[in-house]
Amino acid sequence: MRKKSDQRAGYFGPYGGRFVPETLMAPLGELARTYDQVSRQRKFQRRLKDLLRDYAGRPTPLYFADRLSSTLGGVRIFLKREDLLHTGAHKINNAIGQALLAEHMGKGRIIAETGAGQHGVATATAAALLGQSCTVYMGEEDMRRQRLNVDRMRLLGAEVVQVDAGSRTLKDAINEALRDWVTNVRTTHYVLGSVLGPDPYPRMVRDFQRVIGQETRRQLRKQTGQDWPHLAVACVGGGSNSIGLFSAFLEEPRTRLIGVEAGGIGEELGEHAARFRGGRTGVLHGTRTMVLQDRHGQIATTHSVSAGLDYPAIGPEHALLHEQGRVEYTAVTDAEAVEAFHLLAATEGILPALESAHAIAEAVKHACHLSSKKVVVINLSGRGDKDVESVLEYDANKSGSKRDEAKASRHPAETWKNVVWGGDR
Amino acid sequence: MSAIGAVFSHCREAKRAAFIPYLTGGDPDLETSAELLEALAAGGADIIEVGVPFSDPIADGPINQRAAVRALEAGATLPGILEMIARIRARVDTPMVLFSYFNPLLAHGLQTVAEQAAISGVDGILCVDLPPDEDDGGFRDFCRSAGVDSIYLLAPTSTPERVKLVAAASSGFVYYVSRTGVTGVQKDLSRELQREVKKIRRRIDLPLAVGFGISSPEQVAAVGKVADGVVVGSALVRVVEENRGRSDLPELLAAEVERLAAPLLRSRRR
Repeated sequence: MRKKSDQRAGYFGPYGGRFVPETLMAPLGELARTYDQVSRQRKFQRRLKDLLRDYAGRPTPLYFADRLSSTLGGVRIFLKREDLLHTGAHKINNAIGQALLAEHMGKGRIIAETGAGQHGVATATAAALLGQSCTVYMGEEDMRRQRLNVDRMRLLGAEVVQVDAGSRTLKDAINEALRDWVTNVRTTHYVLGSVLGPDPYPRMVRDFQRVIGQETRRQLRKQTGQDWPHLAVACVGGGSNSIGLFSAFLEEPRTRLIGVEAGGIGEELGEHAARFRGGRTGVLHGTRTMVLQDRHGQIATTHSVSAGLDYPAIGPEHALLHEQGRVEYTAVTDAEAVEAFHLLAATEGILPALESAHAIAEAVKHACHLSSKKVVVINLSGRGDKDVESVLEYDANKSGSKRDEAKASRHPAETWKNVVWGGDR
Repeated sequence: MSAIGAVFSHCREAKRAAFIPYLTGGDPDLETSAELLEALAAGGADIIEVGVPFSDPIADGPINQRAAVRALEAGATLPGILEMIARIRARVDTPMVLFSYFNPLLAHGLQTVAEQAAISGVDGILCVDLPPDEDDGGFRDFCRSAGVDSIYLLAPTSTPERVKLVAAASSGFVYYVSRTGVTGVQKDLSRELQREVKKIRRRIDLPLAVGFGISSPEQVAAVGKVADGVVVGSALVRVVEENRGRSDLPELLAAEVERLAAPLLRSRRR
């Protein structure tokens, strides 16, 4: 049975909406109206397109990962190289779009939250490009583990505000950004970095990220003669890089779509960020969606080796896609993600972001079941420079505790061959 | 007429604004919290606002955030707070309003919350991140059936259309947020506040209470001249924070309520 809310703007089935303090209601209405109007104007579209091409570096290549493919048994794996974009991740697609929108609304100050720091760097970059002042909120824990990006934001002229509350990660950074926005809403635009938050953010951010899927489609046609993959895989924190890729294939029934959440270190609440394993419907940061929470409605803490996936709620459109069964959602553990990081480095000479490494790890699990004619697209949403310290730290801890395991000395691709062909699945 | 409505009409007759203190329920623990709510009543509260602590309070400043952390760490839950209210109801007849975020209400079921709140002696519920637009009639209807007032907020950014919408959805009173911003204490109230409040009062029939950032007797007096109710939160939460552990905290708090509410009792309005 369809509820009244299904037809309402800003909703994805029963998910979405605008659950915010009254102070933000009229500004969100204005933002939605402006976005709907401006995004249709040819002038705005052209300016965005030009900047994405000449400044950010679009289109990004769709790269046939030959050695990775043969290592995994011959399935044809393509990497959508969002990691090659200026600033190093897909986040710049949305940041430039929203910064242009802020300019259009006459707001000279933009603010952002950031987890892994990629959205913060992208927003700081867009602000510098357009001459806007920029403040970025970041959890203390994330500032520690993504220090390189903190320095980058500051060098770009942004003020980075450390958030010490709660779990000191992305969730708390969003809280603080929302408090800033409630206070300064008349002069400030909040550049939310994912398909989260109150309407119009989930659809606006999706629209700015659609370019990933649109390009992939064109490139597949040219490179494989077929404009759809058999399998498309992307990691899902809030879910912007995945929705960007998936949106081009939602109507293509032959494409299997898999979103990968952070499986962290265990199944218990607090040990992962897999919203479809243990989450239930709730309201966080202005939207109704799947939320990890306790039975009293207090938001759970989460864990992931990757700061960008370390968040207790998922974008509302993903909640609907899950409910409809159109997209499958799985989880990959910290250990699997780090191993996939090494695999891509060893086979292709690419250091992926730990977030994107989750997608690679998931694709690896499927590769052995697919014939060599099948096409797999992995969204390589970001590059791993920011994660070098985290990976070294992770490996040091691991080799400390598992010194005896011969596995550690083996070439990572060899390890994967054993995992894939070892008959344990 | 609801208990809340009766308070405002009584205050209107007395030609003064109602004094509405706020404390976070369960801060620093449920047992002390019960004593503190009683102290608010003893100090002269006309209506008491009880905050339901939430892990991610985006509308609250640092003082109330810390209170929520203390309360949650001490094990406060919505059922626990309702039980506490039910317990002190025997001794306190001051109307009580729950001030909550939506997710804790959603987690317990909206109908259950409305019914349990009513049984516990709660007179109204104000949900800071549930604008009337998103209600779908559900929660409001449950509250109405249970005899609990639904209080919605207005803000300086509210358009005339939203003023109409919020007024139509509310019962008991309407809560006007004094500034764009979060809860907390501030030195000076905005210069436009009095004008804004007068303007909105002309447009709505329900009593209008003003809160967020009101923290001194002078500010209470200034707002009390134009509003039907004055809410003081963070300034009192700070008293709890700075004096927790002291055995005379209830007396201190009652004295602070008396001091803050005094201008309302003195200065009678036209």
